[in-house]
Amino acid sequence: MIAIVDYGVGNLFSLKSSFAAVGSFAVVSSDPKVLKNADKLVLPGVGAFRDAADKLKRTGLFGLVKEEAEKGKPLLGICLGMQMLFEKSFEDGEYEGLSLLSGKVRSIGEVIPKELKIPQIGWNGLRFVKESPLFYGIPEGSYVYFVHSYSAMNSTDVIAETEYGAFLTAAAGRANVYGCQFHPEKSGETGLKILKNFAEEIR
Amino acid sequence: MITKRIIPCLDVKNGRVVKGINFKGLRDVADPAALAEYYSGAGADELVFYDITASAEGRALFTEVLTRTAERVFIPLTVGGGINSTDDFDRVLKCGADKVSVNSGAIKDPSLIKTAALRYGSQCVVLSVDIKRVDHTFRVFAKGGRVDTGIEAIGWIREGVKNGAGEIVVNSMDTDGVKQGFDTELLQQVCDAVRVPVIASGGAGKAEDFIDLFKKVPDVDAGLAASVFHFGEVKIGDLKKRMQMEGIPARI
Repeated sequence: MIAIVDYGVGNLFSLKSSFAAVGSFAVVSSDPKVLKNADKLVLPGVGAFRDAADKLKRTGLFGLVKEEAEKGKPLLGICLGMQMLFEKSFEDGEYEGLSLLSGKVRSIGEVIPKELKIPQIGWNGLRFVKESPLFYGIPEGSYVYFVHSYSAMNSTDVIAETEYGAFLTAAAGRANVYGCQFHPEKSGETGLKILKNFAEEIR
Repeated sequence: MITKRIIPCLDVKNGRVVKGINFKGLRDVADPAALAEYYSGAGADELVFYDITASAEGRALFTEVLTRTAERVFIPLTVGGGINSTDDFDRVLKCGADKVSVNSGAIKDPSLIKTAALRYGSQCVVLSVDIKRVDHTFRVFAKGGRVDTGIEAIGWIREGVKNGAGEIVVNSMDTDGVKQGFDTELLQQVCDAVRVPVIASGGAGKAEDFIDLFKKVPDVDAGLAASVFHFGEVKIGDLKKRMQMEGIPARI
């Protein structure tokens, strides 16, 4: 069973529905017992890094997610949930992440040309950097849906990038820990396939 | 490269699509969920559901339809119509909406944008504006375009973005319904004024109108239309192929 970590952030209905659409049952829960018993965890998130990290800490789930992932449980972070997997974020200050993946989260404004809009909102293509089970059966260049102003930088765990005036981290992964900057639950067939891969291919 | 988005808009009244027509393989043309699924399969990049219901019963039907859609359509879904408070945001977000579009609600209560942006994030707040030329200025109209508010449109949009609106839908009343193309003059001015995504609405009559839009105003991020898609005058798949041929990035 997959458990979607509910810490009061984001639209979890679509995420749960998209797992159901690929034949995987997912529960939405904030109960530590349920999360510990789950085979896999999904960490969602939208909004500001500090608020989300605070909420995750307040609910006591920050430590739980980190521990479970360190014990080897497959974990998928999505959007802001992905950004929290890294060491630090510099969104309006400097905040600690879960340090499950290498790299730091910084404004995309530091690397993209001035004339491009921030946030990046819309469908952009994937360029694979490393082979990953998350992308089994997905052709290079497939489009996924992004909404973000920040992105992981200087990471050795990047598995896919996207081009928005510069190459930005689109997905990262190491061992059992994965993250997508885009929203797979809003990325049509490609997104569903990625969620199916997480559900079926990653142990 | 980020693609230009094509967005069909569905007007929903009492849980049914207004102005729906027959598509091959679509059993119930007036069911918003079925039509949404059809458009998603046809290559739509995003969908807008616009609730034009006035009654409480209609509102309940709308949220039911929204839930059913979000269970089976996995592209971004924006909801507009009758959004006057953060309670309204809550109601539609819980049913699977990704973004919420405010129009008259923001004119009645300009603090709504700020409050909603702080609570749900700017990515969730879309400011939709009905604009018409009056005495050589762009004016904001309220209540579905029936009331001239006297507010100057470009300034209103700038203010909305400052308060946290993450995207702007520009609906030109001068070109809407005429089917002679988008209002590129107005859209250029909006794009020059703000750095958030701008969605063009009003005026699409054929595929060329979208090509023209993205060529004349390259800063526009998306084209939105209703009847040209509903009546099959523009097929999204064909439109995207045309866009690619013309060098406009499109998701196929």
